[in-house]
Amino acid sequence: MISATHSILLIAVSALITLLTRALPFLLFSGKRRMPAWLERLADKIPPAIIAVLVVYCVRSVSPAAPGELAATFLSLAVVVLLHLWKRNTLLSIAAGTILYMALSRVL
Amino acid sequence: MKSAFFKSLPVLCGYVFLGIAFGILLEQAGYNALWAFFISLFVYAGSFQFVLVPLLASGASLVTAAVTALFVNSRHIFYGLSFLKFFRAMGKRFPYMVFSLTDETYSVLCSCREEENTGEWFLIALFNHCYWIAGSVIGAVAGQLIPFDFTGIDFSMTALFAVILLNQILDAKRDTRLCALGGLLSGVVCLLLFGPDRFLLPALLLAVCCTGAISRVGAPVSKTSVVPAKKNALEEKEETHR
Repeated sequence: MISATHSILLIAVSALITLLTRALPFLLFSGKRRMPAWLERLADKIPPAIIAVLVVYCVRSVSPAAPGELAATFLSLAVVVLLHLWKRNTLLSIAAGTILYMALSRVL
Repeated sequence: MKSAFFKSLPVLCGYVFLGIAFGILLEQAGYNALWAFFISLFVYAGSFQFVLVPLLASGASLVTAAVTALFVNSRHIFYGLSFLKFFRAMGKRFPYMVFSLTDETYSVLCSCREEENTGEWFLIALFNHCYWIAGSVIGAVAGQLIPFDFTGIDFSMTALFAVILLNQILDAKRDTRLCALGGLLSGVVCLLLFGPDRFLLPALLLAVCCTGAISRVGAPVSKTSVVPAKKNALEEKEETHR
């Protein structure tokens, strides 16, 4: 284990940079510098596209090399989608999908 | 308060167990629960904290830590854009909202963005932060003692993102559906091109470009007189939104 001081410095730097990435858009467009109209319109539209990328990000490590995990992931995702289309109950869809995934990933 | 709690409930499951996983990892690297508490309180970045553990254990240089944090967290730059004016209007809570804008909080806030209930947003952000801190402390203190094998519980995050995406697609116009599809395709294409460790940033950039292209195509713009027509279309669009 390294010294406590160096550990604290590492954590402080990490916290600072993390905050910086989150604050960057707010820093860029602060005070008199307003967001240009096109960017404002774009910013209004990007959430669905970004969340779609995050869905892919969550399943990024599945591969045909591990067919069991691949099947468990996509079967559970399919159940989440179908159940949600049917019942439109967010918590139910998430809970059912997660329980199914935990079961499948042990069996497959 | 109740509604904020229910909206944060899926994150509760995911964060507590991911937090526990982080706590266990950190404890194994020789850092006790007090460290877990402060890291989760001040850094508060799910995936990056998992990368931070080996950095701490190996005594990496500050520059390495800074560059790694910048790369792993760079996706967050996109999140604030859609909440710029909303967070600014939140007064004292504004800095905290910026600080606590993780993937999960961002997604949940997007799912109730139209409501503009900023009091509720603050509670959601705060609850999520608490779950994460609680999870990591539990993991560091008692991770090894928990008898049940929770492997796979982190799927709740995947399911959460999928459901939020689905909700946005379901109650939206054709434009939004195309944007979501564009995001999905960007993700898949970049994953195949760059591999699982490197695809996120190019995928986000491509997704934003797709969104830009789609919303422009969707707007009633005559292509002959580009600049003035675009401006008119913008104004028309804003009027129809209100």
